[in-house]
Amino acid sequence: MTSSTASTKSRKAPAAKRVDGAMGSLLFSGSDWDFATIQRISEAVQEIGERELGLDTYRTQIEVITSEQMLDAYSSVGMPLFYKHWSFGKDFARNETMYRKGFQGLAYEIVINSDPCVCYIMEENSATMQTLVLAHAAMGHNHFFKNNYVFKQWTDASGIADYLAFAKSYIAKCEDRYGIEAVERVVDAAHALQSHGIHRYPGKRSMDLRSEERREQERRAHGEALFNDLWRTVPTKGKRDRKKTAEDRRRAILKLPEENILYFLEKTAPRLAPWQREVIRIVRLIAQYFYPQRQTKMMNEGCACFVHHRIMSRLHEQGRITDGSFLEFLHSHTSVVMQPDYNDRRYSGINPYALGFTMMQDIERICTEPTEEDRAWFADIAGNNDAYGTLRDIWANFRDESFVSQYLSPHVIRKMGLFQLMDDEEEDEYVVGSIHDERGYREVRRALARTYDVARRDPDIQVIDVDLAGDRRLELRHFVSDGVVLEPKDAERVVQHLADLWGYEVRLVESDDEEEYGEYVANPVRPILEPNPVL
Amino acid sequence: MHIIDRRRDPGGKSLANRQRFIRRARAQVRRAVREASSKRSIKEMGEGGEVTVPADGVHEPTFRPGPYGGHREYVLPGNKKFVSGDRIDRPDESGGGSGASDSGEGEDDYNFVLSREEFLELFLEDLELPDMAKRQVMGVEEQIPRRAGYRSYGSPSALSVSRTMRNSLSRRIALRRPSQDEIRRMEEGVAELEAEEGDGPALTEAKAQLELKRRRQKLVPFIDPIDVRYRRHELVPQPVARAVMFCLMDVSGSMDEHMKDLAKRFYSLLYLFLKTRYKQVDVVFIRHTHEAREVDEETFFYSRESGGTVVSTALEAMSRIVADRYPPTQWNIYAAQASDGDNLPMDNPHTVQMLREAILPLCQYYAYLEVSHDETGGSGADSDPTSLWRAYDQVARSDGRLAMRRVGHRRDIFPVFRELFARKDTKAKATAP
Repeated sequence: MTSSTASTKSRKAPAAKRVDGAMGSLLFSGSDWDFATIQRISEAVQEIGERELGLDTYRTQIEVITSEQMLDAYSSVGMPLFYKHWSFGKDFARNETMYRKGFQGLAYEIVINSDPCVCYIMEENSATMQTLVLAHAAMGHNHFFKNNYVFKQWTDASGIADYLAFAKSYIAKCEDRYGIEAVERVVDAAHALQSHGIHRYPGKRSMDLRSEERREQERRAHGEALFNDLWRTVPTKGKRDRKKTAEDRRRAILKLPEENILYFLEKTAPRLAPWQREVIRIVRLIAQYFYPQRQTKMMNEGCACFVHHRIMSRLHEQGRITDGSFLEFLHSHTSVVMQPDYNDRRYSGINPYALGFTMMQDIERICTEPTEEDRAWFADIAGNNDAYGTLRDIWANFRDESFVSQYLSPHVIRKMGLFQLMDDEEEDEYVVGSIHDERGYREVRRALARTYDVARRDPDIQVIDVDLAGDRRLELRHFVSDGVVLEPKDAERVVQHLADLWGYEVRLVESDDEEEYGEYVANPVRPILEPNPVL
Repeated sequence: MHIIDRRRDPGGKSLANRQRFIRRARAQVRRAVREASSKRSIKEMGEGGEVTVPADGVHEPTFRPGPYGGHREYVLPGNKKFVSGDRIDRPDESGGGSGASDSGEGEDDYNFVLSREEFLELFLEDLELPDMAKRQVMGVEEQIPRRAGYRSYGSPSALSVSRTMRNSLSRRIALRRPSQDEIRRMEEGVAELEAEEGDGPALTEAKAQLELKRRRQKLVPFIDPIDVRYRRHELVPQPVARAVMFCLMDVSGSMDEHMKDLAKRFYSLLYLFLKTRYKQVDVVFIRHTHEAREVDEETFFYSRESGGTVVSTALEAMSRIVADRYPPTQWNIYAAQASDGDNLPMDNPHTVQMLREAILPLCQYYAYLEVSHDETGGSGADSDPTSLWRAYDQVARSDGRLAMRRVGHRRDIFPVFRELFARKDTKAKATAP
């Protein structure tokens, strides 16, 4: 599928080349590069990106690293500095073994959502690969980071490097003071809960004085306009309202229920020392920083693939890269955006690069050469002849889930042969739900969008209640959906970690509206806080 | 657009994390290391190497949906033949999700390569020679350098930059050496004057002043040889515990290949342990049949010889060597004896007497290892005790310095070795803060 798209592009190329032929001289020949080459390449790439695609990026900082350093970077989630923890050593051991034995190649680049945007590129890459990498990361990802609303809402690109430096030195200081093991236990426990240490909705911004005053005036004006003395005589239900139970009041004070467990612990856990709260906060904020990436993985990669594909094709059309290196590019491009079928040995889920790239190419097609079907499905964009503008708008205002539910077209569903498969515990067999036919498109699209909903992928676990004046038992509930319960062994361990942080008994109940599936109870075996005279 | 070359940055950023991982997985790594040791040949006993750690030990739990149960939906690509409502057999119990969304679930065991140091560290953890009590100030080797002020000569590597610069600064202040800033200011002044009035008395004056300052700067050097200081070190003698280990091995005809292999494995562990942990330990190898001989390492481990068995000869040889070379007042003396327990019956009383009266009083610790042919392993103590074992047993009852163990199989060597040389106060140390 992808190779056919690629070859259309290369068939087009010679014609265009004659037109633009005079424009460009070769950026490089052969596979060697030096810093001047990189400079030339990045300027050429940036020019096409900004002029033709209208991309708007952070400044880029390109860092050339060796494969060793790439392995190092892998083990700290790609970030240039990170606090120390054994789990990163574990990742390092695994990646290193995989790499040394040749099971796994290394990424060509790593890009970091920061301002300036840091791109690591490997010294082993050929000049063509460096061009590809710069187009992909320094233009594609960079644009996405800067413009997508989820990133805007949740991450502060200019502050992340400083924050990581702070986190690293703070944790190192704690280790010096309280011992590596004590810190490690807090970090372990916090890591176990980090998928539940995320605010999924932006909090209410506190108002500044002026807007508060304005609101007050508006309210008063509204009240005056509606004033009618008659209302005073109407009996109210006020008394009953005040009879709220003590429990309700308690929950209201603690702002329960709360789904951000780490936040709740940081603010409320009765037995944590201040430094332990700060460590939990660090883990929580870093998890929050990565939350947008989890929500937009597919779009982000799709955007980067689309951008690099377009930029490389343009460079080739302008005669700034040779046919040879264009073929080299196509080779690696097609292997990146390849989607194996479900029954293929290589299949391991839907390839985000493939789906994202295919959908974005399809959107371009809808904008420029719509069919009747497209006009019916996408009346707003079909045939508007502004593919890049439309895509820029999509990149800015959608995340994976909403992107699929809005823009997965019947054409893509047919092309990829998507079908829905139902697996019900009570049935002996899988049932094929909808397929790529007239009746199925919407259902397939809905089902696929749901698989990209991060809030659905993570189990919905909330802190329900705690009686701080009483036995201080922390009550949590897993709101089970579709009867899918937690992986029991893991859940047991995480609840144990939770109890250690909380310092008292913790109970997690799994239930939905109809039935209760199970419960986990843990008492702190090694309370995190030992009585410490220093504090 | 900024390009930075990071290739020359120091590598090994992950080293600290890797060490933490090893420490974390220590119990598992230790087990893996020890299992590896019983499979290795005597020669490669002390090499580093690959070990495998089960994933379970370093698992990071999270709240995640279980693999089975409930109602699930998948969207898969590549449909060629299915239509709505088709039913498909479940592949297997294990293939519950047909791989749709189970990323990060099955974790593999971890293979990783330990360096020689890491390997030995784990291999010989918590072992020590008991009761190293006699410490003394000895010859040259045990001196350590200690910082002792500064001096005006020395090797360039010992140059103390901060001290040198301090001297240089005070000298420059004392001799009123004009700073670069001052000169520049004056130059600017001169240039200004030149621009303003062409030439006049003020300009000439300023020029003369500048010339003077320049001369002064030239005459008073920035760093003078008299400023230079080097760090000085003094050698301070350290009291050290010196120890000698006597390895007594029976190589008589009754010891067959299997037994010799066990004994040699035991001694090679011991030798490795001493060489890595104690630089100051002398090792004396004595092998005996009906007569005893002191031999070097090579002969001890690799040569073949055989004959009858008279254990006391070895003990005599040992006491002779102690008298010659290792005055018990200065040396901590240890001995390890390996034998199959056969001894010339009439020699037993003499042996016991030697041991009780001559050897044990000299020793801090005496380990006796009896190798046997017990292929089932472990239950060596149940079989009939040999004559030597019986004889030693009496001594051991009354004297805590003699420890006895029996080994029947290769895999028992390492545990027994650990038992014999385990650090006695391990527990106490571990619980202390």
